[in-house]
Amino acid sequence: MSSPALVRQPEDSMPATALAEAGPSPAAITRPSTPPSFATLGLRWYRLNRAGLRAAAIGVISLLAFLLVWHLLTTYRVVFFVRFTNVPSPLAVYDSFVKAIHDPKFLMHILLSCRRIFIGFSLAAIVGVPLGLIMGRFKLVHEVIFPVAEVLRPIPAIAWVPMAIMLWPTNEQSIVFITFLGSFFPILVNTLHGMSLVDPVLVRAAQCLGARERSIFREVYFPASLPHIFTGLTVGMGVAWVSLIAAEMISGQYGIGYFTWEAYSLVQYADIALGMIAIGVLGLGSSLLIRGAGQLVMPWRST
Amino acid sequence: MSEMLANTSKGHIEVRNFSLAYETIEGPVQAVTDTQIHVKPGEFVSIVGPSGCGKSTLLNAVAGFLKPTTGVVTVDGERVNGPSAERGMVFQQYSLFPWKTVRENVEFGLKMRGMPSSQRERAARTLLGLAGLEAFEKQYPEKLSGGMKQRVGIVRALATGPKVLLLDEPFGALDAQTRVIMQQILTNMWQRLKISVLFVTHDIDEAIFLSDRVYCMTARPGSIKAEIPIPLERPRQQSMMMSSEFLALRRGLMSLIREESLKAMGGEITDLGMQGLNIELHGHSLADVI
Repeated sequence: MSSPALVRQPEDSMPATALAEAGPSPAAITRPSTPPSFATLGLRWYRLNRAGLRAAAIGVISLLAFLLVWHLLTTYRVVFFVRFTNVPSPLAVYDSFVKAIHDPKFLMHILLSCRRIFIGFSLAAIVGVPLGLIMGRFKLVHEVIFPVAEVLRPIPAIAWVPMAIMLWPTNEQSIVFITFLGSFFPILVNTLHGMSLVDPVLVRAAQCLGARERSIFREVYFPASLPHIFTGLTVGMGVAWVSLIAAEMISGQYGIGYFTWEAYSLVQYADIALGMIAIGVLGLGSSLLIRGAGQLVMPWRST
Repeated sequence: MSEMLANTSKGHIEVRNFSLAYETIEGPVQAVTDTQIHVKPGEFVSIVGPSGCGKSTLLNAVAGFLKPTTGVVTVDGERVNGPSAERGMVFQQYSLFPWKTVRENVEFGLKMRGMPSSQRERAARTLLGLAGLEAFEKQYPEKLSGGMKQRVGIVRALATGPKVLLLDEPFGALDAQTRVIMQQILTNMWQRLKISVLFVTHDIDEAIFLSDRVYCMTARPGSIKAEIPIPLERPRQQSMMMSSEFLALRRGLMSLIREESLKAMGGEITDLGMQGLNIELHGHSLADVI
């Protein structure tokens, strides 16, 4: 059986239309055979990325302007509703940054915070995603767990601090627990939401192709929910940092949140800003990691 | 390849004393009532009818998604008790898995059957070649045009070598040009695989052009109003749609459906052109049909 027979259309000049319907063939997209010069390539690249370059340039300028305003406000110790009298200048913060990166204690604060995030967030993902998937699939599980989750969900993770200290034997465990709680509910709720949006026609299509319950779960429900799972992970990561910092400020002995609070107690004002910036950078980095993982796991969604 | 796919002289669909009712707060609503249809092995049969007449309901019952309230659905004498790969289905909304490439979509049924990956890859490639899609095997469905998506949908449904192919308005979302090409492709595949086809559409031209037989359904609650054999010879060509034979069939079917559509809208019928038609009556009096 050769393929032409199947697409053979007698009369009516069908093959031509059939080809046209097939859309752009890959051959048509390939570049001309003579390689263009370096300059033309550069120019073409510039043209294609003009909007991106523009945004990047404006972004850099905007950041520099922010630093300049900060510098001016602190240099002249402006007092206008808010008081910049004791606020450290960018240069002072830079100095303490240089000092800090040579200080193993500062690095340990950062590492410890990262470890708490890693453990707390991972646990939340490991528990939250499967639980959401199962709750979305099995009505009884949903009916049993959902009311409890709805009652606990509005309680901010910070409000759990005293309870966590009572529950867990060590401070370390209670901080990880707080971090876990912070990220758990966004992950659970978004996974559940993703499950509720799975197109039933896709499930029926899978059934018609011989898929059983387990395969449908793995091949349809799970991948269909992935975009929402990753939304949950991104939100969960943000809340994890919020909860962690709060927990560290209240009950920690180490960690970047503790570092920031301690700097205030020790009247090292530059370290306050340093701690804040470090938290911001860590938060940004971890959400970038999740976004990258999302693109890796969902190649069909990239552009 | 063809040996693997062709299910020769199998795929006899029978629907007997079929009715289906939905439960609502005002009580059961009859969607389909007192219906008998059959598809002989290798036959191409269409169901047409006004919108909401229950033709998709009937098809979904054959697929095994809906349980009949009364009556039975059998394929080769076996009672249909739920969806299975024996009855391939093509949906109007394409329903390709967006997270799978074109080839992975086609492979899906074979994977569910436990076929090793290298083997099903080969099978999927051959099938995609038949549909002129080999160049797109690594694309995700989102990148494809509607016509290409539905070709993948058909190929995916055929990959497991089902006994029957069920299509629920498969070309309804396509433009007129693409639709005509898809009809040709479907005809070619059907003739090659000798598979039984049950095809639901609201497009009368499509039904006549493709089918050996057309069932026309009444307005809700749906039942079979008439069964019209299509004696046009095969292979059929687009130009045939201008022939007097085709037009006579078309006129007849058109008036049958118009009558039912008007009934569904609560209107009155005035004009009927039923000349030159061979209609088998299904428990309806002649006055009922004309």
